[in-house]
Amino acid sequence: MSSRIGLVVNPVAGLGGRVGLGGTDGPQVLQRARELGAEPLAGVRAALALREVRARLAAAAPTRHAGTSAPRLLTAAGEMGAEAAASADLDARIVYGAGALPAEGGTSAADTVAAVRAIAAEGVDLLLFAGGDGTARDVLAALEAFGGRPPCPVLGVPTGVKMHSAVFAVSARAAGEAAAAWLRRDGGVRLRDAEVMDRDDDGVRDGRVASRLYGWLPVPDVPVRVQQRKTGSTAPVPEAFGGIAAEVAERVGDGLLFLGPGTTTRAVAAELGAETSLTGVDVLALSPGKPARVLLADASEEALLGAGPAWIAVSPIGGQGFLLGRGNQQISPRVLRACGGRERLLVLCTEAKLAALGGRPLLLDTGDETLDAELAGHVPVVTGRRSTSLYRVTR
Amino acid sequence: MTSAENAVHPYLPNSAPAVRQAMLDEIGAASVEEFYADIPDSVRLHRPLDLPAPMRSEAELARHMEQLLARNTSTRQALSFLGQGCYQHHVPAVVDEVVNRSEFLTAYAGEPYEDHGRFQALWEYQSMMAELLDVEVVNVPVYDGFQAAGTALRMAGRITGRRRLLLATAVDPDKLSRVRDYVRPDHDVVVVPVDPRTGCADLDAVAAELAKGDVAAVFADMPSALGIVDAALPQLAELAHGAGALYVVGCNPLALGVLAPPSAFGADIACGDIQTLGVHQSYGGGNAGFIATRDEEHLVAEYPSRLFGLAPTTVDGEYGFGDVAWERTSFALREDGKEWVGTAAALHGIGAGVYLALMGPHGMREIGDTILTHTAYARQRLAQVPGVQVPFGDSLHFADFTVRYTGGRTAAEIRADLRQHGIFGGVPLGDQQAAYCVTEVHTKADIDLLATTLEEIIK
Amino acid sequence: MTAHHEQSTASSPVSTVSAEDARIAPKPRLRRFHQASWDEDLIFDLGSPGERGVLVPRPDPSLTPPEIPAALRRAEPPALPEMAQQQVLRHYLRLSQENLGADLNIDVGQGTCTMKYSPKVNDQFVRDPRIAALHPLQDEDTVQGVLGIVHALEQLLKEISGMDRVSLQPGAGSAAIYANVAMIRAYFEARGELDQRDEVITTIFSHPSNAACAKTAGFKVITLHPDADGYPDIEALKAAVGPRTAALLITNPEDTGIYNPRIEEFVRIVHEAGGLCSYDQANANGILGITRARDAGFDLCHFNLHKTFSTPHACGGPAAGACAVTAELAPYLPRPTVEFDGTTYRIDDDRPESVGKMRPFLGVVPNLVRAYAWIMSLGAEGLRAAAETAVLNNNYLLHKVRQIPGVSVPYAEGRPRVEQVRYSWQQLYEDTGVHSEELGLRAADFGTHYWTSHHPYVVPEPMTLEPTESYTRADLDEYAAILTEVAREAYESPETVRTAPHRSTVHRARPESLEDPATWAVSWRAYRRKILGEGLR
Repeated sequence: MSSRIGLVVNPVAGLGGRVGLGGTDGPQVLQRARELGAEPLAGVRAALALREVRARLAAAAPTRHAGTSAPRLLTAAGEMGAEAAASADLDARIVYGAGALPAEGGTSAADTVAAVRAIAAEGVDLLLFAGGDGTARDVLAALEAFGGRPPCPVLGVPTGVKMHSAVFAVSARAAGEAAAAWLRRDGGVRLRDAEVMDRDDDGVRDGRVASRLYGWLPVPDVPVRVQQRKTGSTAPVPEAFGGIAAEVAERVGDGLLFLGPGTTTRAVAAELGAETSLTGVDVLALSPGKPARVLLADASEEALLGAGPAWIAVSPIGGQGFLLGRGNQQISPRVLRACGGRERLLVLCTEAKLAALGGRPLLLDTGDETLDAELAGHVPVVTGRRSTSLYRVTR
Repeated sequence: MTSAENAVHPYLPNSAPAVRQAMLDEIGAASVEEFYADIPDSVRLHRPLDLPAPMRSEAELARHMEQLLARNTSTRQALSFLGQGCYQHHVPAVVDEVVNRSEFLTAYAGEPYEDHGRFQALWEYQSMMAELLDVEVVNVPVYDGFQAAGTALRMAGRITGRRRLLLATAVDPDKLSRVRDYVRPDHDVVVVPVDPRTGCADLDAVAAELAKGDVAAVFADMPSALGIVDAALPQLAELAHGAGALYVVGCNPLALGVLAPPSAFGADIACGDIQTLGVHQSYGGGNAGFIATRDEEHLVAEYPSRLFGLAPTTVDGEYGFGDVAWERTSFALREDGKEWVGTAAALHGIGAGVYLALMGPHGMREIGDTILTHTAYARQRLAQVPGVQVPFGDSLHFADFTVRYTGGRTAAEIRADLRQHGIFGGVPLGDQQAAYCVTEVHTKADIDLLATTLEEIIK
Repeated sequence: MTAHHEQSTASSPVSTVSAEDARIAPKPRLRRFHQASWDEDLIFDLGSPGERGVLVPRPDPSLTPPEIPAALRRAEPPALPEMAQQQVLRHYLRLSQENLGADLNIDVGQGTCTMKYSPKVNDQFVRDPRIAALHPLQDEDTVQGVLGIVHALEQLLKEISGMDRVSLQPGAGSAAIYANVAMIRAYFEARGELDQRDEVITTIFSHPSNAACAKTAGFKVITLHPDADGYPDIEALKAAVGPRTAALLITNPEDTGIYNPRIEEFVRIVHEAGGLCSYDQANANGILGITRARDAGFDLCHFNLHKTFSTPHACGGPAAGACAVTAELAPYLPRPTVEFDGTTYRIDDDRPESVGKMRPFLGVVPNLVRAYAWIMSLGAEGLRAAAETAVLNNNYLLHKVRQIPGVSVPYAEGRPRVEQVRYSWQQLYEDTGVHSEELGLRAADFGTHYWTSHHPYVVPEPMTLEPTESYTRADLDEYAAILTEVAREAYESPETVRTAPHRSTVHRARPESLEDPATWAVSWRAYRRKILGEGLR
């Protein structure tokens, strides 16, 4: 039985970056990018991802099912999807903008939101979108309108400039591969909630770009840095959230824990018996042998300072490996100092995620240069029960 | 370079000077030394290793080895009644033929495509062991039965979250040493002494230990280190389960054609050594361990060893294989007692599979029956020897059994005298106690000869 | 031409076959391999009731079987196959052919495994009944030969490692690592420091069994990641050591083939913190006779006899490991040891401070015999030649593979490698969407093995090759040519690679059922119950 894929392309995503504009948000920037000669690539990348999906599904199908594996596509008209579908030789049904789209390059964030709504309302197994962090925010906004859990999982085909969100695959091909793995529905791929991040609304801070966590979207979780098929000669290392949780519980004992946002921290909280807020920093009360209790959800800096001394647990945020200062600004220098600095800071990360950093150091941007300098060097990362990795962290 | 002195060693083709130079030239390196650039001078040896002169030719090596082997007397050159963890059984010729095939002997860790045969043979081993043990899950072999017991007990510990392990039947001291060491970080081993009169588990003592609480598992061996097949094995299951503990049973798989598999009398985990299934004694070097359970997720999740599974391929009618992904289950709580997976004893698993296929249900029943019968006869016959008592009278024994000497001579002296008569046996278990073992390879006449020889020695 | 030949030609009809027609065309550049594919049934589909593979001796008719208590009597016979002897043999010989042993292929693709040639003559020694049919509890005077071999092997390994005593008990490399960790634990326990020293340090490119064994023995594990240059990070080590440090467990060269040039400093830093240093010599094949564990200051080390010392890998064991230690740690060695008084060898099982038994009896004796014979056939010069040849072969293959588009050699850029290399196909993946493991399955179509790496993949899209000393230049050229071809296909016809293997025994598996407890089938009876829906039991 063939599966249904939604596709939305932000045709202008990434235009600014290739001409040095650092983003393409807003009509003026876009105009300037075009003047500088930027060529749209989002459609090309989307088509590449679609071809990968098709090839992967065909290769995986049993012989007796060959020929019935091609996915059915629901998309928007023209450069918002239909062209990419045609380029990938896939039949597509246009559910948004047929005959009514603005001229080439004239689509807006509102079109993205409307297209996503229209596709999601039809029901799809997966929504692929091609764009950048701004596009991811639009997708989030569109799906939030459905209330509750988003109606379908999503996956970003990276074409944008600012890629802080974790909803993107590392490349267009990788997006296609992950999509195919999910669409095969053979139980090998689960969903995880991934961060949607974008430049902070307050813009630039201390001369540097800060980013903000806007929310979470479910994406197919194709394990990173492990063998893709389970037929190999080496048993992979299991995801060690339970082990990390046990270690956190032992370190904290009877006490308070400020738990930052992130997929790892959320999974660890679940292992500890607590459901934590999506984007915020939560205050948990831990007690040996009992489930953790959430004392404060989505706590502000002031609330954290008022909660009293605690352990602080953070995990690398987004695709860049930011430890502090991105998406968890509530854990401010004041909070860190009040809790006892690095002695009380637990960095949580699975070995596979650490490996996926490819040797790049973890990053700090607390906004307090002295504190950044204190924390820089080698940080022990809790990777499991009684297991740590010493990993480089720089500002 | 064609002179005998400079001949290229048959194992080192590229050490030929011309080849070596040509390869260096192609790389663009002046000498092999360049490749060692990261090894600092301060850690270099700077002299040749001080080793004996090599046996340059295969002929010289074979002669040298023959001189060494000539100083061994094998159990084929004597009449051996030795057992206690290493057993003399007939190894069918077909087993040797298969395990000595280069394709199996020199394979290692290929994928299930180019090493399909290895995967199928090991999966079939798992499956045949599963039939024998009446369970659905058996692992790819671990090192040996000691390791299997240690791991089975740690699995029980992880499943129950408890600390104490009770050993309820007589245990081999070496096995105890291994298990104690292996479980040490997480568990305390409590050896519950057996009833000295019957050699069987002391159920009251086991119940008393269980009552103290925190027991992860009750462990029993079938047969025990004394050779006893303890009639109380099913009662131990009830005691263990009544206290919320798991029941772990070590067993000799060769006995299971006639004896009930541990799962039939309540064992949650069975384990043991497959040396008895067609592996040569090899001076105690021929061991491999198995662990077996029901196919329940919470049990399977705790296996630290590989489990091969059967799966389809993209072509209809093809059997494919792969690793079962136990570590993905929600039950896998291995962070408190992770164990390792490494090279262990797979070839013995393949050999044991061949052995079970050759034996079939009838062969397994007959060999179990023969060994039980021989053991019973040997105990009965030796009991007739003046100066020899055979303890634990009514208990069923399999292969191993013990005797007590009542005369003035020590067990060590008697063993030495037997040796002079071309008999290996009577390993001392103390001044006056000794262990013997009979299997299917013995005849009634062999046992009679042992008895008459003992009569002669002891009188 | 002989006169006879002329005659027969003359008397034959005029030939229409020219010499050109009879000429066999040159072979293509790459081998047209196809693996045996017998499409063999599962063994449970074979045989029929009443067939027998072997007959078993039955007791003398005068003997009566003992009574078995009802609860311990087997109720139903086991549902094992019933097969005639030749049919059993044929089934397993077919399976053997569907397997690539190291004797058959250019086995450089199972990197870290040191797939060197296992000399056939050494197999003959261990099949001799005077090894195979020895019982471990025989009187010592009946086993002087085997005890002498074990003792001599200890002396050889002492010199090769520079250490003072060796145990040959462990059943394999990981078991030897575990034995070393157990000795470290016993050492600190004897000094009353075990409660304080509960941390073990290792590196991410050391064999993962170092971390796993340390945890099994109750230690906490700290893993060091490489520094910016790709070497083990000495600053990280300095940050990791302290009063809690029990030991450093480190493989060197690491599984990347990189030798840690600051190894002495690593040892010094750990010693200064009061810890012990244990050297995983699984990758010793390139440094035999060049540098030794003792020379770098280690307290313990271990060898894998099935890697460095040639014993066959046997589908994954039996293997054998050797632990070598300084005199200070010798009391803790596993028991028993073999002692020699100048005339007689004896087993010493009375070692009160020993960590105890690591396995039954003395060790995996057949492999000890093979390792002894291998070392004795090479001697000091031969061992060094083996090491240098292995390293030459590795750097030759590195030189060749480096030229293939899409491959890179991450970490310690431009530095030589010792006896193996961990390559990365990340570029090829980004260009083509083809994964390293898919390349490996296609490589199997040319009759070779190919291995990625342990998990997690720190090196992306990894491939680890270790040529050892056993392969000729032509062998290495062929292997490189296969990789070149497979990489070319990934760029030009990726579907060929993605759907591989095409010429192996079976086709691409669909192993998803192995992920799900409801469908995984570890045995035939589990398959019948879960998949076929048969109502067993």
